[in-house]
Amino acid sequence: MSLLYTYDPVIFSRLLTSLTLAFHIIFATIGVGVPLYIGLAEWIGIRKKDFHYILLARRWARGYVITVAVGVVTGTAIGLQLSLLWPSFMQVAGHSIALPLFMETFAFFFEAIFLGIYIYTWDRFKNAKVHLLLLIPVVIGSGASALFITIVNAFMNYPVGFTYENGLITDVNPIHAMLSPAMPSKVAHVLDSAYLTCGLVLAAIAAFALLKGQHNTYHRKALKFTMVCSFVFMIATAIIGDLSGKYLALYQPEKLAATEWHFETSTHAPLILGGVLQEDHTVKYALEIPYGLSILAFSNPAAEVVGLDQFPEEHWAPLWVHYIFDMKMGLVAMLVLITFTFIVELARKRGNIYRRWLLALVVAAAPIAMLTIEHGWIFSEVGRQPWILRGIMKTAEGATRSDHVDLMLVLFFLLYLILGVSAARVLMRMFKRNKVEDELALYKQ
Amino acid sequence: MNYELLGITVLWTFLFGYLIVASIDFGAGFFMYYSTISGTRHLIHQMIERYLSPVWEVTNVFLVFFFVGIIGFFPDIGFYLGTALLIPGSIAIVLLAIRGSYYAFTFYGKASSPLYNLLYGASGLFIPAALSTVLTISEGGYITVTDTGQVLFLAKKLFTSSYSWSVVLLALVSVLYISAMFLSYYAHKASDAGAYRVVRNYALIWSLPTLLSSLLVFMAIYFHNREHFNNMLELWWMFALSLVCFTVAVYCVYTSKHLGWSFVFVMAQFGFAFYGYGAAHLPYILYPYVTIYNNFTNPNMALALVIAFILGLALLLPSLYLLLRLFLFNTDYVKGRHGYEPR
Repeated sequence: MSLLYTYDPVIFSRLLTSLTLAFHIIFATIGVGVPLYIGLAEWIGIRKKDFHYILLARRWARGYVITVAVGVVTGTAIGLQLSLLWPSFMQVAGHSIALPLFMETFAFFFEAIFLGIYIYTWDRFKNAKVHLLLLIPVVIGSGASALFITIVNAFMNYPVGFTYENGLITDVNPIHAMLSPAMPSKVAHVLDSAYLTCGLVLAAIAAFALLKGQHNTYHRKALKFTMVCSFVFMIATAIIGDLSGKYLALYQPEKLAATEWHFETSTHAPLILGGVLQEDHTVKYALEIPYGLSILAFSNPAAEVVGLDQFPEEHWAPLWVHYIFDMKMGLVAMLVLITFTFIVELARKRGNIYRRWLLALVVAAAPIAMLTIEHGWIFSEVGRQPWILRGIMKTAEGATRSDHVDLMLVLFFLLYLILGVSAARVLMRMFKRNKVEDELALYKQ
Repeated sequence: MNYELLGITVLWTFLFGYLIVASIDFGAGFFMYYSTISGTRHLIHQMIERYLSPVWEVTNVFLVFFFVGIIGFFPDIGFYLGTALLIPGSIAIVLLAIRGSYYAFTFYGKASSPLYNLLYGASGLFIPAALSTVLTISEGGYITVTDTGQVLFLAKKLFTSSYSWSVVLLALVSVLYISAMFLSYYAHKASDAGAYRVVRNYALIWSLPTLLSSLLVFMAIYFHNREHFNNMLELWWMFALSLVCFTVAVYCVYTSKHLGWSFVFVMAQFGFAFYGYGAAHLPYILYPYVTIYNNFTNPNMALALVIAFILGLALLLPSLYLLLRLFLFNTDYVKGRHGYEPR
């Protein structure tokens, strides 16, 4: 066994970073998306004088704080790990893309201050709207955090805003560096998918309660409200997802080609769905959609799509990203199906959104949405390989050369395991102890 | 003032902010644990919880600001320290993570347990001890660079160095002193006589050790890095002012008068010492590898960061003021007349 084990800090740095990000992204997504729903619910509650919505906002906020805590500490972890595991990369990043990293801290600070104020000032103001106003900085701050961090990721995919000569970065324009062509579609995709996922997570909570037989108006209102929002964000996601594909075709054709197993540059390129890649780069058992890739890339069935033949093989991303991407799209298809079925049932005259199978599907949509985000990030990060900073620095060059990264991997795995289990237990206990019925009764007095 | 100096001043200020707010937080955690075993928990628990709850998240941010900022202004420091500090850095992250999340779990989720109390109290001492070693390392002598450019951390040398341990001692004692001084002010404001008696005692007990351990660090620097020591002597007036502030602050608590001012003097005491120490350390950040001049970022990035910093402050200072006004300077809240639980 020990003969097979060779320590490579690059592999372990990548594994540890993936582990931290995979865990952090769950809480980051909730952190970005849920404040919007809390705010909307409180706003509707104040406008309609409907205490059901106010209670929704309160209960969501209460659970939200727990997830924020895990988000904060894992965010601190990844912030420090960037320097611990990728010191050479951070040296280059410090010179070129430090500005949005710095701004993210401000956005986060802003959010943290107002979240602290918001959760401790229910009922403290005579005018209920003042309390609602305190949430706006939280929504903006968490959205801005996502914006700035995604800007850094966009820069890693398509670095701009400097001159690169003889291995040195000069003439840095920090603002221009933030405006990578990868930025608009990436930022829109991250924000929108966070709002969609959080809608589905909150809908799943309501659907779960309804499934367990708690048929009160509170859960019914929650279910309808969150599912209608999710539907809207679902449509937005479809449009933005399409733009992301078109961005790739134009700016990172090698990433698109590796994803779609498009080896030869050609016009009228078909889209390969599924399949198994053979040694000689032929594909078996795949579903081919004629002209599909050309349409996806340029909205034109005759368009020429650049293939992997235009790039040296050592610059290809691992070809298994195709599987990850197709799995992601499969998960997306399920989400589309669930949200559309729900909306149809809601809109149909004789529809019934409280059918058990439909409620069960809504419950399933929450983990599916989280898995979609995980697959999306794995695809995006693996698809950029072998680069950490595309065209400038390879991932292997950016990593630390320290010993014991493998030990740290074990340490952090245990940490995230403990944090995840404790957070779930605390959340469940919290809502078991504070029953909706009891809290509603308090309001009615 | 040039960008280099401006940059390091900004960062040093964040670190100073962290030193104050984190010390209050860490010390409070320890006192809470200590009060559980000494039987005074019922006296101080509520008061501490009421202070900590709305501000705990803010504490962490000061630290994040510092290390994100230092990578922006001085990209090379991340390279040296990042490579060298993989293990101590990771352990610090784990401690911070456990402390931060379990704080939220207990206070918001109401999930208390004796083991948790121990973890919370102990991490309040381990974290400052771990973080203070970064300052020790910056003094030089604990990192070498091999011929192949590999940065190595001489852990054994750090653990057997008397200088390193004197800094750890100062960090621990200061945490308890700062925290107790603040809690005295807070308890007094809350007109909570029972709690005030307890924390005032803590404050007075830890005041003299604070003084003695800082003298010990002075001595240790003299033996460890003579250049730095001589620079500090040139700034003797800052350390003298620090001593004056210390005397005033302790006197206020001793006579139970002007406790708000007393804490201002505590901040001034540490401010003078911290900036004096920092100024004497210049131009080195990591002796002798990284200086603020040779390892500064490009001027465009520096300008952008400074502008972002000013705009950010314009946003943050009013928000922080609001936070303090609603919780710290709001007598009704401090006295517990508003519910302090998230409902």
